[in-house]
Amino acid sequence: MALAKRIIPCLDVDAGRVVKGVQFVDIRDAGDPVEIARRYDQQGADELTFLDITATHHERETMEEVVRAVASQVFIPLTVGGGIRTVADIRRMLNAGADKVGINSAAVKNPDFVREAAEKFGSQCIVVAIDAKKVSKAGEANRWEIFTHGGRQATGIDAVQWAQKMVELGAGEILLTSMDRDGTKSGFDLELTRAVSNAVSVPVIASGGVGKLQDLTDGIKLGHADAVLAASIFHFGEHTVEEAKQQMAEQGVEVRL
Amino acid sequence: MHRVAVIDYGMGNLRSVSKALEAVASEHEIIVTADAKAISNASHIVFPGVGAIRDCMSTLQQTGLDDIVRTAAASKPFLGICLGMQALMSHSEENSGTEGLGIIPGNVRYFDQAAAQGLKVPHMGWNQVSQRLHPLWHNISDDSRFYFVHSYYVDPQTEQSIAGVSDYSLKFASAVTRDNVFAVQFHPEKSQHAGLQLLKNFLDWDGLS
Repeated sequence: MALAKRIIPCLDVDAGRVVKGVQFVDIRDAGDPVEIARRYDQQGADELTFLDITATHHERETMEEVVRAVASQVFIPLTVGGGIRTVADIRRMLNAGADKVGINSAAVKNPDFVREAAEKFGSQCIVVAIDAKKVSKAGEANRWEIFTHGGRQATGIDAVQWAQKMVELGAGEILLTSMDRDGTKSGFDLELTRAVSNAVSVPVIASGGVGKLQDLTDGIKLGHADAVLAASIFHFGEHTVEEAKQQMAEQGVEVRL
Repeated sequence: MHRVAVIDYGMGNLRSVSKALEAVASEHEIIVTADAKAISNASHIVFPGVGAIRDCMSTLQQTGLDDIVRTAAASKPFLGICLGMQALMSHSEENSGTEGLGIIPGNVRYFDQAAAQGLKVPHMGWNQVSQRLHPLWHNISDDSRFYFVHSYYVDPQTEQSIAGVSDYSLKFASAVTRDNVFAVQFHPEKSQHAGLQLLKNFLDWDGLS
């Protein structure tokens, strides 16, 4: 009897619609966030993460409506990331029904924002999202740095030290994405995941690179992650969350079935 | 029809709680309120909360809600959730020691044993609850999983207060009860079927048995 490892499907939302081609076999309107959230909930998702990729400020209000609609029908924890830059942004999302917010570039720009947010709302709802890329060469000791702007902009900040700093400032959880693996379907960067997870006291969510079910189990067992986040493996109906959990359970990972 | 008051004292997101209650009890009136009269008129009280205990207690004292909560907890079906559970205890270790409402005798302690064993703190995610006989567990399988997120746990003075036990480096009381009061460390409003069933059971409860 123990705490279960979590599976978290991630949905990219643009102007109120789920993008990046979610294609459940039997859902006609695949872009409806509420419909998709309900489906994942039924499959046994432990949490849901919505990433707001909307560019314009005006359409951010649409995201609030999405969260409001999902939160009135789906009773599992919801995290909203993307464009969270101010205390007002956080309050708006929490009031709409989000349980946690993901802070990414705003933390890089002003680390104290994480402290302010944690003090105001509690660490339990502050997830710091870290996009990391390997910068060490072959043969060198592993080293990863934080990148912003979708992996295009280097910051020179060491990823493991950054994660520790974010936890000191009040992050309650770390969402760790390998920019090297994101979109490649070649599995998590297990060394990165393990390095960060072993270095911090709070839960770490592994992200970026899931291409098959075994990758999820590996993220937990080899990467020491507390939760695994995936998008495309579930979106295209290749696998359900339920199948993923069965597979993890068969290999001795404690999951909520 | 029941009138359910979700006590709003500015500690956290109450929308999830009220939405979950509405989902299981569309026939009842659910209000989110800090108004003393509305609370005293309600048939059922839900006392949620997230965040730090000192802020919670000072807000309750400043607004005079502490006495209103004590009165409600003495008289009608009362459900504490998360920080709302911890606030019912006598004392908490958090924020270098904070006095609670003292409705259930016992302390709130930090998960230092878990941290020492290399477990992540906060205790975050779905964990099992081993039930002690109580009407609020009706139609919920023993050892069902509920969603937790907390760094402190309650340690009741008497065994009789314990209504559910979970395991995270040590066995801790994840549900406590006393007369018409029931309180849980987890978030029933975020615990899918099992959580909604518990909320439904609460609304069906007269607080007597």
